[in-house]
Amino acid sequence: MKSESMRFDLQVIASWIRPGSRVLDLGCGNGDLLLHLQTSKEVQGTGIELDETRAAFCIERGLSVLQGDFRQEVADYPDRYFDVVVLSQTLQQVMHPRELLQELLRIGNRVIVSFPNFGHWRCRLYLLLTGRAPVTEQLPHEWYDTPNIRVITIRDFKRFLRKASIGLERELAINTHHHDRRGHVVTRMTNLRATYGIMMLRNI
Amino acid sequence: MLLARKGTFTFARPPEEMVLDSGARLGPVTLAYETLGELDCRRSNAVLILHACSGDAHVAGRYGPEDDTPGWWETMVGPGKPVDTNRFYVICSNILGSCRGSTGPSSINPATGRPYGSDFPMVTIRDMVRAQKRLIDHLGIDRLMAVIGGSVGGMQVLRWCVEYPERVAAAIPLATTTRHSAQAIAFNEIARQAIMADPEWKNGDYYDGPGPKLGLAIARMIGHVTYLSDESMREKFGRRLQNRKRLSYDFACDFQVESYLRHQGTKFVRRFDANSLLYITKAADYFDLEAGDGSSLVQERLRDIRFLVISFTSDWLYPTYQSRAIVSMLKKNGCDVSFCEIDAQWGHDAFLMPNDRLNRLVGGFLDRIAHEV
Repeated sequence: MKSESMRFDLQVIASWIRPGSRVLDLGCGNGDLLLHLQTSKEVQGTGIELDETRAAFCIERGLSVLQGDFRQEVADYPDRYFDVVVLSQTLQQVMHPRELLQELLRIGNRVIVSFPNFGHWRCRLYLLLTGRAPVTEQLPHEWYDTPNIRVITIRDFKRFLRKASIGLERELAINTHHHDRRGHVVTRMTNLRATYGIMMLRNI
Repeated sequence: MLLARKGTFTFARPPEEMVLDSGARLGPVTLAYETLGELDCRRSNAVLILHACSGDAHVAGRYGPEDDTPGWWETMVGPGKPVDTNRFYVICSNILGSCRGSTGPSSINPATGRPYGSDFPMVTIRDMVRAQKRLIDHLGIDRLMAVIGGSVGGMQVLRWCVEYPERVAAAIPLATTTRHSAQAIAFNEIARQAIMADPEWKNGDYYDGPGPKLGLAIARMIGHVTYLSDESMREKFGRRLQNRKRLSYDFACDFQVESYLRHQGTKFVRRFDANSLLYITKAADYFDLEAGDGSSLVQERLRDIRFLVISFTSDWLYPTYQSRAIVSMLKKNGCDVSFCEIDAQWGHDAFLMPNDRLNRLVGGFLDRIAHEV
């Protein structure tokens, strides 16, 4: 798996993971991140994926993957079993994010989350000009069929971390294009200009 | 042509009999087995396949150019198949208590010179696995690359992992459970009662007579229903009539499903011993990895075994929640475990049916294990 053919946020996440780590990827999809980590960083990876076809595809590729709902599946792992738990572009679909993140910080030393930033100027402008819930390239759903039940901005999430007493070890904001395959890092006015936030969390 | 090599291995000769879980002693013990493919120079490519309730050692291949008896898992085992005999050395042995070449109730009791019948001691899944371990020792294999089995074969897979974790690199339990549900025990009990209610059963000592053919056929019909599913039976038979246009208004064979079950029953009587079915179903009912203090699957010793657990959506004999329970226990050890619930309509039997997804899962998993060991 070439790094460049992965989603851009996954490329960033991969660059944050140390060689030889034990990694759990929640909602691992086709296993692109895990395969990349396994081949280029000798990571011991595990994935959890709800969809049968995608989970089976991962296992066929030689990955260790469980088909199931990660909200239930994470409960069985021993404390601090993983070096890193990855939750990419899924947090906005979780009913109880606080409880989930606390559980992830129980089983992993670090948790990396990436999420679409609803504070991006396109979302703001869309709402302001049309008076309708934003539909963008990163958030292509209408209000009635969106899986994204949590509207998160980068600023909201950092405020949440402070309130939940979760440590923020590392953060990066990115702007993506070409179906999220390519992108660049945003350094100034991130909550306005970035399409995704990526953060590494730890217990404090 | 894939050549299957037949063998037998006899051990536990008196006075060194096997001491069974029940405390009874049994010996000598013979296991019938078959091997396929070649053992590599590191002796690291051995795959042990464990058959289900009424299976036998003939998993795949032919005995010679004239032979045309297929094995029971030809879709899975062979050259270029998921369990690739070009790469792996495959072993399959008939379980203790069976009647397909290994020691069981129809074998001759050396003490009397007559078949054991009801004198045959109760054997457990653990006894079966302990006997298999003697065979694996005899074949000079320190560590099995993989143990694979479905149903009662899956119970043996799990038992192998619990008893001899250091001898197993990877395990594939398919369509199986850590313990029978009351429902599964109930169907087994009906099957046993069908045999024991047949006057020809004669308390198990029937080998000089015709034997409980009717009872055994009915037992098989019951078992067969539990291997299918509502959906597969609807598709296969529906309410279609068998060789007739109208209902008979007597107890003749009206429906196709009746004819099918009768056929399955009669066919089974020709190849299987009624007492063996009694002993093996009882062993399956006794099997319980959750008895005592906690689960036997939750143990540090199992940590290095890599698992692929598979269940099937329409399997109501060993439903998916039972496989998920296995996965949950293994995760507590920090085991490397993969799991997939395959969408299949064939009920419990799905693990034996041709299935591309199943084949690719097993193939991909074994490929990885072969690189890792």
